[in-house]
Amino acid sequence: MVSLASSPAGTTELLLGNEAIARGALEAGVKVAAAYPGTPSSEIIETLARLAKESGIYVEWSVNEKVAAEVASAGALAGIRSLIAMKHEGLNVALDFLAHLNLGNRVNAGFVVIVADDPQAWSSASENDSRHIPPMIHAPLLEPNSPQQAKDMMQWAFDLSEELGMFVMIRSCTRLGHGTGRVVMGEMPETEAHPRVEINAPVRALTAPMRHLEALDKLERAKEAFEDSPWNVYEGPDEPELLLVCTGPSALYAQEAVEMLDVEETVGILSLGTTYPLPTRLIEHHISNARRTMVLEEVDPFVEDQIKKFAADRNLPPYEEPVYGKGTGHISPAGELNPDEVAKGIGRVLRAERLPAQDEGYSRLANALVDERTVSRGLVWCPGCPHRGTLWSVKNALKLDGRDGFVTGDIGCYGMDAGFGGYGSTQAMASMGTGTGVASGLGKLSGFGFDQPVISIAGDSTFFHAVIPALVNATYNRSNFTLVVVDNSATAMTGFQPHAGVGMTAMGDGVPKVDIEKICRSLDIPVEVLDPFDLDDSQDVLLDFVQRTEGVRVAVMRRECFLTRPRDADPDYKITIDHDKCLGDSCGCNRYCTKTFKCPGLYADPKTGQGHVDEAVCVGCGLCTQICPEGAITKEAFA
Amino acid sequence: MNETTAIADPCNIVVSGVGGQGNVLASRLIGRAMVKFDYHVSIGETYGASQRGGTVMSHVRFSSKHAYGPLIPLGRANTVIGLEPMETLRILRDYGNPDVSVIVNTRPITPVSVNLGEGDYPEPDDLRDAIRQLSKKAWLIPATEIALEIGTPVVANVVLLGTLVGAGLIPITPDGFEQVLRNNVPERRLERNLVAFSRGLEAVQTHAA
Repeated sequence: MVSLASSPAGTTELLLGNEAIARGALEAGVKVAAAYPGTPSSEIIETLARLAKESGIYVEWSVNEKVAAEVASAGALAGIRSLIAMKHEGLNVALDFLAHLNLGNRVNAGFVVIVADDPQAWSSASENDSRHIPPMIHAPLLEPNSPQQAKDMMQWAFDLSEELGMFVMIRSCTRLGHGTGRVVMGEMPETEAHPRVEINAPVRALTAPMRHLEALDKLERAKEAFEDSPWNVYEGPDEPELLLVCTGPSALYAQEAVEMLDVEETVGILSLGTTYPLPTRLIEHHISNARRTMVLEEVDPFVEDQIKKFAADRNLPPYEEPVYGKGTGHISPAGELNPDEVAKGIGRVLRAERLPAQDEGYSRLANALVDERTVSRGLVWCPGCPHRGTLWSVKNALKLDGRDGFVTGDIGCYGMDAGFGGYGSTQAMASMGTGTGVASGLGKLSGFGFDQPVISIAGDSTFFHAVIPALVNATYNRSNFTLVVVDNSATAMTGFQPHAGVGMTAMGDGVPKVDIEKICRSLDIPVEVLDPFDLDDSQDVLLDFVQRTEGVRVAVMRRECFLTRPRDADPDYKITIDHDKCLGDSCGCNRYCTKTFKCPGLYADPKTGQGHVDEAVCVGCGLCTQICPEGAITKEAFA
Repeated sequence: MNETTAIADPCNIVVSGVGGQGNVLASRLIGRAMVKFDYHVSIGETYGASQRGGTVMSHVRFSSKHAYGPLIPLGRANTVIGLEPMETLRILRDYGNPDVSVIVNTRPITPVSVNLGEGDYPEPDDLRDAIRQLSKKAWLIPATEIALEIGTPVVANVVLLGTLVGAGLIPITPDGFEQVLRNNVPERRLERNLVAFSRGLEAVQTHAA
């Protein structure tokens, strides 16, 4: 296959939105790219990292989003184009740095910040709308609607950033970054990088309010560029009954909804790619020609509120009706948009008598059959997952201790402990690394009589991302808890990106591993390295740690994520259940292997309760052979 | 040459299953096949946390008119490819219609809720019957069993793609699709996938319901 970097101009490729963004960045001459992985943004940097050497650019996985922003901004400081990409929750981490960047004069070449929101929170802890941030930090904001537009917009965004001397933010979302579409390639530039920081530039002595005024002036220039930009396209009648102002992929939903409702003659669509600052002359022109206006956008009524504000100031029509959208309840204020929700919203505003719907008889039958013949399916750790072993031992150690101990965790795969398929030890989690900070606080509550043991759990990548400051804090303030680092040698949940502890960079170069144990030992913290698949040993050590009463102790549970193996690799063991030994429902174990242990590779015979191995699901890890009270589950190594 | 006529425009295909079954790869192979014939292809996927044993679904759409959005409206699937039978029934409730064609792997994957005693997995015959009732035409394929015969359960997805092509539900000949496999599957795994594809093609005749 031809590499995405060498695909010639004019050829068509089927690309993931994130791949299209990466190609667009290369076409724009990006030289430095950095990120911490986060769904749905990770493939941008993954793609650039894969193409880095042949493209002559520098790409890294940074330790967290704030450091990624600082690393990439160094390129902009030294006069070469650079970008960072992150998920919406990553912007919270990067914000401390980014909030200051557009208030100075340190962006000497194009610097683009891509933030991917996750409406519906398919792979996130929240569905927050990151577009509220750009007004606070003075960043111009663009929102592409398709993989093609996302690619094309990159060049323009870099040019604008360079012209203004401030970074430009691009808001992606799940359906764009993880949507796939046909993309026509543009020209690849031949540019050379000569990074240099001009040290003779006059020292700027502007006060903060003066820099603030300067940033506002730059935003005004961005707005002027937006008024005539190619990213705001109207299609529809000259004087529509209803104007739909659409941002991101909602323009495509609107197009289809208008088709389904058969209202092409009366409804117009303005696909708006520049959403902060709003191009008000353009908007005024379109809403003045329309009888009514509705805004379609992912998550919050961000553009809707901006339009309402300036329409009120300018006393614009429609006078009798509001600007419709999420704010007026015509579109659901939470969850992801889709063509049906958009069609319903348009129908509500137009007071349509008939909305597109499923065949009524079919729908009734299908609902009845689903109610009668399906059961729910929750998330569960994969067969072979080391977290199953770790959280099993954690649960048993806390139970043996008997003082209502619990886990403060965070948002890696191990967070599933709090859900349906886990063991329920995890009582608190919020964002990356917070389990350790919270444990540090809980450990200081003993002065008030608090005596429950606390285990904080964090992944290996999370350890580097945000746990280290909390660990130093706990050491300094003499807190008391156990930290369990589940080290599966990858940033697993986002797709196995390497990190500081893996021994390889984003561009595939071998480097010395940063050693988690050494970092802990340098703080005089006792450390044990354990195999999560050795349940007896893990439980013994964890129980000992839980029962200590002073300081922090760290257990590193080390075993590779099973998904890093090829999907068709041969299993280690053949697992067998001896049905002479397995007593089923007459055992008294209450279906321990399926109901308590919950590995999806095992299922219980619905009548007898005896355990069975599902050979299409079981990966032969052998963990379950340690848990049967009758010893009925055995493993035999494959030759 | 290798192109035949599409059954609808836009043609809407839902690929559904459980995390780890090769749902994403199946939808991309269909997309790559269709983009060769200059269709406007859009694919919407849900993955991430949903990889971990949960329900996964991809929407594949292609049209000769213009690019459609990555999501199929409710009730508008032309074809449903189901890697797991119970999930297929759920997909039909949302995206099915009286004209829908269904290609489904009959092998169940037991959800954790069943192991927890919160419900029973439906009887296989009841599931088959429900899928037949909700489709115009259905192919009930023992794809996992076929895949295990070939040597690994992971090629069950390509077995179903064989049936999809053999049943004429995407506008490409078997030879044309084999070429797509050759261009997109790593050498080491190609042979297994080609065998899986041809077994799926054969199943069109033997497993139509």
